[in-house]
Amino acid sequence: MITPQELVEHALATSSADDTIAIVRTGSRANLRWANNTLTTNGSTRDLTVTVIAFVRRAAGPGGSGGTCTGSVTGSATTREQVSALVEAATAAARDAEAAEDAADLVAGGAAADWDEPPATTSIGVYETFAPALGEAFQRAAGEQRILYGFVDHLVTTTYLGSTTGLRLRHAQPTGHYGCTGKTADLSTSAWVGGATRDFADIDATAMDAELAQRLAWGARRVDLLAGRYDTVLPPTAVADLMIDAYWEAGARVAHEGETVFSRTGGGTRIGERIVRPEVQLWSDPSRSGLACAPFVTAASSGNMSSVFDNGLPLARTDWIRDGELAALLQTRHSAALTGQPVTPYVDNLVLEVNGGAGDVRDLAAGMERGLLLTCLWYIREVDPQTLLLTGLTRDGVYLVEGGEIVGAVNNFRFNESPVELLNRFTHASATVPSFSREWGDDYFSRTATPALRIPDFNMSSVSQAL
Amino acid sequence: MTAIDPSFTTLPFRRLADAALERARDLGATHADFRFERLRHQQLSVRDAVLQGASDSDETGFAVRVIHGGAWGFAAGVLLTTDEAVRVAEEAVQVARVAATMTTSPVELAPEPVHDDVAWCSAYHLDPFTVPTASKAAVLIDWTAQLLRNDAVSHATASLQQVLENKFYADLAGTRTTQQRVRIQPSFAAMGSRDGAFDSMRSLAPPVARGWEYVTGRHEGRPLDEAWDWEGELAEVPELLAEKLAAPSVVAGTYDLVVDPSNLWLTIHESIGHATELDRALGYEANYAGTSFATYDKLGRLQYGSPAMHVTGDRVVRHGLATIGYDDEGVATQQWDIVRDGVLVGYQLDRPMAALKPELNDGRSNGCAFADSPAHVPIQRMANVSLMASPDGGSTADLIGRVEDGIYVVGDKSWSIDMQRFNFQFTGQRFYRIRDGQLDGQLRDVAYQATTTEFWNSLEAVGGPETWVLGGAFNCGKAQPGQVAAVSHGCPTSLFRGVRILNTTEEAGL
Repeated sequence: MITPQELVEHALATSSADDTIAIVRTGSRANLRWANNTLTTNGSTRDLTVTVIAFVRRAAGPGGSGGTCTGSVTGSATTREQVSALVEAATAAARDAEAAEDAADLVAGGAAADWDEPPATTSIGVYETFAPALGEAFQRAAGEQRILYGFVDHLVTTTYLGSTTGLRLRHAQPTGHYGCTGKTADLSTSAWVGGATRDFADIDATAMDAELAQRLAWGARRVDLLAGRYDTVLPPTAVADLMIDAYWEAGARVAHEGETVFSRTGGGTRIGERIVRPEVQLWSDPSRSGLACAPFVTAASSGNMSSVFDNGLPLARTDWIRDGELAALLQTRHSAALTGQPVTPYVDNLVLEVNGGAGDVRDLAAGMERGLLLTCLWYIREVDPQTLLLTGLTRDGVYLVEGGEIVGAVNNFRFNESPVELLNRFTHASATVPSFSREWGDDYFSRTATPALRIPDFNMSSVSQAL
Repeated sequence: MTAIDPSFTTLPFRRLADAALERARDLGATHADFRFERLRHQQLSVRDAVLQGASDSDETGFAVRVIHGGAWGFAAGVLLTTDEAVRVAEEAVQVARVAATMTTSPVELAPEPVHDDVAWCSAYHLDPFTVPTASKAAVLIDWTAQLLRNDAVSHATASLQQVLENKFYADLAGTRTTQQRVRIQPSFAAMGSRDGAFDSMRSLAPPVARGWEYVTGRHEGRPLDEAWDWEGELAEVPELLAEKLAAPSVVAGTYDLVVDPSNLWLTIHESIGHATELDRALGYEANYAGTSFATYDKLGRLQYGSPAMHVTGDRVVRHGLATIGYDDEGVATQQWDIVRDGVLVGYQLDRPMAALKPELNDGRSNGCAFADSPAHVPIQRMANVSLMASPDGGSTADLIGRVEDGIYVVGDKSWSIDMQRFNFQFTGQRFYRIRDGQLDGQLRDVAYQATTTEFWNSLEAVGGPETWVLGGAFNCGKAQPGQVAAVSHGCPTSLFRGVRILNTTEEAGL
């Protein structure tokens, strides 16, 4: 079979456009899913896609101004003939297009040291240790009147990016996660554990089941509470849920044009303003240990937060919030020119740290006179972009804390809160630890590290009857 | 009417299917199915009369699913050779062998008649992929330029998504289906601000299983029936936005609501569509999308809503996004009742779920299996779930006329519901105050919050057929790994009494 590098070179060599970028992504994936203490679905898949971006320069003429036009086509392609078809389609699209508003010189460079390496892969064998232990966990859970529902997923994607300006970049990205919901046999109590991994060597099905058993035991006493504002500990997974939403709303152009919580009243962005407590640091870094991600930009199309002209731009640590001030927003080179700010593209990981944050989630709960300890959040959606008001629900374990001890399980709630406001109102923070968003981690954004936060007046807008 | 694209039918899927199924049978599979798909997507986006992005994708691949040793096995590949088809079949069996050690309930499928080499194509006139991209971009650019001419609009966006979906399905029982669907989602939005407040107003046009004629309103030079009034809406939106920016903030409380189909379709999707998926009711989505309050013991007994409520599951309605001839398990599609006279009477089923409850639908699946990609396993997905109109229900104005003090809700915006489908909160594009049976200007900062059965039992009346609109979405998410599905929901304008209204600014603590 033809190699990914050969597919890239074939695309670049056969294109008649003025410039061309080819991105090949080849992936393998293996997953197991279970419910009611039995496996339900599973899969072992391979995929390979080729993206060809053609750039055609058009001279200014009587009919209008000149500029660079682009066409982007992505397809499943495993042969030279299929790649040629993509090149033709992309070039035709570029010749047919309007001049791109984000036009810029393509990134130049040479071949990375690992360019010639083959794709990294995974297979169903990644669960060699986990799978038998999970089977045993099913037996144990059934014997102890517990029901398990869950999913493990491991994928490895290798990206090859080449350009007619000389770039040859490669990145291999392992992504894995696990999640398991446990319920009592009468379905009246529910608990969840989950997290991210890069290779499943660190995931133990037995420990996962034991943690669920302990959490279900916390629910032996049931307490019904009304809606209201509660002193609440958000564990790192819930903080990750909310910070990802804030990150995704941090596009510079739309902020500059007055449409988000990061817009300054009267025009421009709030960059340079203190928007949260001064101890707060929010940043991304492609080299962050345990959360490493692609160190260069890949963009198949242009939009508010991406530009095909930026393909190959190096990524580095970027402070989004520094000492409580908004330090940067998501910028392409085009939006950076519009806003007069540095180029700070999207990075595929996110870290929240609070100066002085110490201990863990249980330490934060231990300091509460009376309040709530959450497990995770769910179905989070934006209600108002100007305040970044989000709504959503608690899920799979809300625990009542009295005198620093967990004394029972509480009903679920719908909340209405803004993550920016929460970073202004929290009273305590734990140390930052690897975390995993229940809402977004599975399919979109699994590389996060966040602390637990204690919020003195978290808005539980109404009660949810869901168990 | 259209025919299946020859560029698909000339692909080697029959040869690959024969090789894969034969290998799976030889390895001892008791069931095997082969699915070959080509999915074409195109997305265009425009901001302030400038094309921001245009991208095309074409995903082609195949999957083999087996039952072996009582366990599922699934594998997929993209290399279109018979050797690869055989390898993928072998891998599916290998996966089933690993899965067998963790499978405590052997897999069974509900029976389905053999459908021998049948073809089906959705109802559309002009495949949008045959229209030059520049022509489509020009429409979007013109839309935003029109919006920007009004002083109330500071920025305008438009987008267009199009999908051409081809599938071939074959199984060891002998079913062979070849199908083609087209769907399209055009949209535009206007943004503006006043006195420090920012807001937006979006088109109410729903995504549909139609072709490019949905955008032009014409086919072969002739106006189409049921065409969307794009020009009328483009002219109206800036003034509506200006009115919204100047509108008073709502006083939180309890109001009677008249809900337009452009908003109610999403409430139906979340509170009825997902709640009546049998896989959820039986716990098979518990770790992700969640379960359902509409558990199986409530079948025939749950007063889901008022007697005015009649809901169907439907995979055959014309132009429905979930409409198809045969599902991804080779089941011929159908229409059936889910709620009749307010009582829960049915569920959505695929073959494994139907086998678990053979007393439903005469022991047969009602055709709700779907996979959004050749790399994904088919799961139970939503049919077009729709609320029926009343033959003599009257107009929207008639329903508004029955309200002394209330709110008329138009267009969807924010949505959220809990994992058992009890507690929900929705916003909208526009909220109008109703006083003494008349509209009395817009309101701002409105959200409605309720519990599913309270809300549907507060349904006093549904409108007539002239108010019924087929709404929908491209992006319904479910399953692990995550899949998206397009689905439509039809409904009439409807009147609900005594619904809780929140002020979202107060909710934000401002």
